[in-house]
Amino acid sequence: MTTDDAAPITLYRLQGCPYCERVVRVLDELDLEYHSRFVEPLHSRRNAVKRVAGVRTVPVVVDDETGVTMAESANIVSYLERTYGEGET
Amino acid sequence: MVDFDVVDLGPTDHVSVGETASDFTRPLVTDEGWEDRSFADAAGSPTVLVFTTMAGAFLAEYTLTELWDRGIGVGESTAIDDGATRTESAADSGTLTALADATVLAVSISSPYELAPFLREHDLPYGVFSDPSNAVAESYGVVHDLDGMTGVAEPRPAIFVLDGDRTIEYAWVATEWPDFPDYDELEAVLDDR
Repeated sequence: MTTDDAAPITLYRLQGCPYCERVVRVLDELDLEYHSRFVEPLHSRRNAVKRVAGVRTVPVVVDDETGVTMAESANIVSYLERTYGEGET
Repeated sequence: MVDFDVVDLGPTDHVSVGETASDFTRPLVTDEGWEDRSFADAAGSPTVLVFTTMAGAFLAEYTLTELWDRGIGVGESTAIDDGATRTESAADSGTLTALADATVLAVSISSPYELAPFLREHDLPYGVFSDPSNAVAESYGVVHDLDGMTGVAEPRPAIFVLDGDRTIEYAWVATEWPDFPDYDELEAVLDDR
């Protein structure tokens, strides 16, 4: 579900970025609604990401439900699984 | 104008004043990136919807830079809302509010990879919907089959002014190729609202 303007999770991503696809896979597995924001391929031009996350790397996830903004795919995956996965407490 | 006949585009069956403009969802491109957005979600009151050529053609450049030079739609970020600070708006002078408050959104068949550099190069704060299939132009009745480019169609240059309910208040559609909008008339429409 990538076309919902109002989805609580925004994913900053690049086309063809395997780290981004890794996060997409987990979002899909957890059946989470999210909104994709594609950003500039050139690292130095990724100010849109820098403004929200303080870094220019992707993926970055912004979760309006929890107020979490997070970079690094491994961190994001474990955050998503911890927050929305089976082990949710 | 030139002293020979320009290409007549013939009649068109476009949506007209009083009708409700249909909604659509396409990647909305700014100078920094793109994301799927519905037109209804991105639109303001009023909205200036500009159908234009591929990024790179002079019509797209001249039309959008003319709107910018006239201070139309420069009042706020029109597209991806992520706290970006746009170029200081001409509205700061305090005299252009009616024009500045309009939301300018364009439609082109160019891909986001062409539109983002195009917007950046001309320092344009506008959002452009990327519609390679030209289906949005089809639904508005403003298709232009480019002579000499088999398999490629793009919008006929057109400008619509819509109110907050997407009711069409003003419609201009090119009847010649090339043709430019009547910017003074457009300004008057926005001023008189």
